[in-house]
Amino acid sequence: MWWARRKRLRENGIVGINERNIALISRYNERANFPLVDNKLLTKRAAQAGNIAVPELLGVIDTPYQLRRLPELLRPLREFVVKPTRGSGGKGILVLNRHDDGQFAKPGGQLLTIEDIRHYISNILSGVYSLGGRPDAAFLEALVASDPILHQYAFQGLPDIRVIIFLGYPIMAMMRCPTRLSDGKANLHQGAVGVGIDISTGTALRAVQNNNVVINHPDTGVNFSNLIIPDWTNLLHLAASCHELTGLGYLGCDIVVDRDHGPLILELNARPGLSIQTASGMGLRSRVNTIQQLANCDWPIEKRVEYAMENFSARPDAN
Amino acid sequence: MTSRSQIKLLSAVLISVGVGLTLYKFFFLHFPLMPGSVRTVWSVEAKITFDAEGGAIEANLALPGDQHSFEILDETFASSGYDFSIESNNNQRRAIWKSETQDGEQNLYYNLQITNNEHAAIPADITAPSRPTTAAAWLPAEREAALGIIETAKARSGPDRPIIQELLAMIGAETPSEDVHLLLSSADSPSKAALAIHLLAELGIYAHLIRGVKLENRAHNNPPIELVEIYESGNWITYDPRTGEKGLPESFFIWQRGGPSLLDLTGGSKSKIRFSSLSNVIPAKNVALKLAREETVALVDFNIYSLPVEKQTVFKSLLLVPIGALVVVMFRILVGVRTSGTFMPVLIALAFIQTTLLTGIGILLVLVASGLWVRSYFSKMDLHMVSRIGAVLIIVVVLMAGFSVLSHKLGWDEALNMTFFPMVILAWTIERMSITWEEEGPREVAIQGGGSLLVAVCAYFAMTNKLVEHLTFNFPELLLGVLGLILLLGQYTGFRLLELHRFRHMDT
Repeated sequence: MWWARRKRLRENGIVGINERNIALISRYNERANFPLVDNKLLTKRAAQAGNIAVPELLGVIDTPYQLRRLPELLRPLREFVVKPTRGSGGKGILVLNRHDDGQFAKPGGQLLTIEDIRHYISNILSGVYSLGGRPDAAFLEALVASDPILHQYAFQGLPDIRVIIFLGYPIMAMMRCPTRLSDGKANLHQGAVGVGIDISTGTALRAVQNNNVVINHPDTGVNFSNLIIPDWTNLLHLAASCHELTGLGYLGCDIVVDRDHGPLILELNARPGLSIQTASGMGLRSRVNTIQQLANCDWPIEKRVEYAMENFSARPDAN
Repeated sequence: MTSRSQIKLLSAVLISVGVGLTLYKFFFLHFPLMPGSVRTVWSVEAKITFDAEGGAIEANLALPGDQHSFEILDETFASSGYDFSIESNNNQRRAIWKSETQDGEQNLYYNLQITNNEHAAIPADITAPSRPTTAAAWLPAEREAALGIIETAKARSGPDRPIIQELLAMIGAETPSEDVHLLLSSADSPSKAALAIHLLAELGIYAHLIRGVKLENRAHNNPPIELVEIYESGNWITYDPRTGEKGLPESFFIWQRGGPSLLDLTGGSKSKIRFSSLSNVIPAKNVALKLAREETVALVDFNIYSLPVEKQTVFKSLLLVPIGALVVVMFRILVGVRTSGTFMPVLIALAFIQTTLLTGIGILLVLVASGLWVRSYFSKMDLHMVSRIGAVLIIVVVLMAGFSVLSHKLGWDEALNMTFFPMVILAWTIERMSITWEEEGPREVAIQGGGSLLVAVCAYFAMTNKLVEHLTFNFPELLLGVLGLILLLGQYTGFRLLELHRFRHMDT
């Protein structure tokens, strides 16, 4: 039974972790290019330099000494996000909203004093959220106001769109919708809903929560089949441009659609996960193979996006 | 060459070198592949006794040479007050004891350790005789008797009963004929074997003496046994003159083949030589080692065995680490188990080996649980991470010390080995688990902690397996094979076992 399943998964073009690590990451992602994506601050600065849209940077704290000027730094801010520069998998992200009494509220309603935030940032600096406990830095970023259409698909948090960019071509995409179960986080393994997105149209293929297909968002009740990602072509352009920015061949772009600023790059990932296959109901391999045959074309971003939109429509045999 | 095929080639080379060296040691140096295989080692002692006459003494004893059915492991000589040396000429080694003045009864000892050579090569026959056996200096009456025996033997022999056998039968008979009796009492043929050789010389047949010992456990003070070896149509064939039987008797150790006397003594009288034998069962590995050392095989000379014994035991556990690493690699790449800390399970398994499994698991769980509990208190405090981990480390050490004292008082001494737990690694594990707990909930902690424990227990079983322990210690070159295997696994791109479950909904 295991062997038969193994065979069928292979035939369906599902890529496993071992294959991803060796055939995609090791082969197409040069080690030297990792620091840029592993450090969100570097990513943001590089993106700003390359005119790639990102949420506004509000401040950086990279030594415990700078924590002294935290009150000063927070004074003009109402809504903002605290992030470790090297946090992986959404670890250590704190979304805050200033109340009138000088306290700050987390999305769940829990109140934090400025002292709590100081402690939190001091933890980030000492490397609690970074891989291997390396000392880290923290930065403050403008809170993204979710696009009203996409907002219906999220409980508390912010839905983001993960696009897999292979050799500069967007080959697969999904929207990750926070739920009550995932505690407002967009992590699929914590219970967020993954919605596979058709590359050619920006519409939903299917939605999956904890590996099970769902029709409506479990908390907001909105039907996923009506979803159309706004500004889809621009979003794909933005994602595809990250190939040149990072030099990585196999890349995951996490994009949010801001009410006012449109699609923004939230973070980049040099080791994007494989749940996107479950959300989309198809394997990555056939698309990887298609692009591998174009590898020498060296097309500009517009042409690559155009090619992907033409060729990567929903599977003809999609159910 | 692509990196993929390079790795394949490298792995193939590593694996074949590892396995090849192992097979070499097995087939040619006779290292046992299985633990607990044993070989019988015989301890044979020759004791020379004589009365010294007060003057200078020289005793000269023939020593056993190379032979196909036994291998000599060791030899020792004991004799107080004598200078000792070994001379060798014409493939015959002789031990020489010398002393200026000795009086009264003297005992000289020569002891040797031998083992059956199971992998016997075809016997290297000694060369054909170059000259006929010297004829005996018989008195006329004796010569008469000798000719009479030969005549009788000739008369009795027939096509299916050759004369040699007939002659030996007559000499070996329990009640020998008058003629045989006469010759046996002659000064020139002190034994049946010597007589047979002389009679055969009369027939123009080459023959010589074989002296040896019958190997029996706890046999004491036996005289040497004499056999006759006859050169017949290009081959040396052994006969037992006491029975007339052809071939070497069972478990017969040849001491001297041909050659002159067994023992020459000057300055003494009433000399006799007696043999004792004793069998011992010894691990086959020790026998192989001893043999290999004699031959100074480089593979063994530059080996762990050349280290002092207490260092060997350290290496014994060190050599198991690669096995643990292989288990971790297999679990992570083939199964897809998540562990906290990549090779932490190997260190935990090493600690389990010291504490025994159940005690080890108990101690580990208590340590981690108390560490997590303390850490959960610290997490509310405003502490730097380094001091927090340092604090957890100290708590772990204090807990270990406390448990050790407690378990000692309870007479539960295996728990005392808990100092083998890697404290720093434990402190780190506690820190990471605590963060995982806060961020992803206790379920993830249970998955990672359980995964680590599962891998550690499996590594423990792999590392304590008697066969694995035996192979890694005695065939450390197999580790090259393990290295090759790990490199090969490093290229595996198939699904992990747990992914088959993860993607079960894509199975359409």
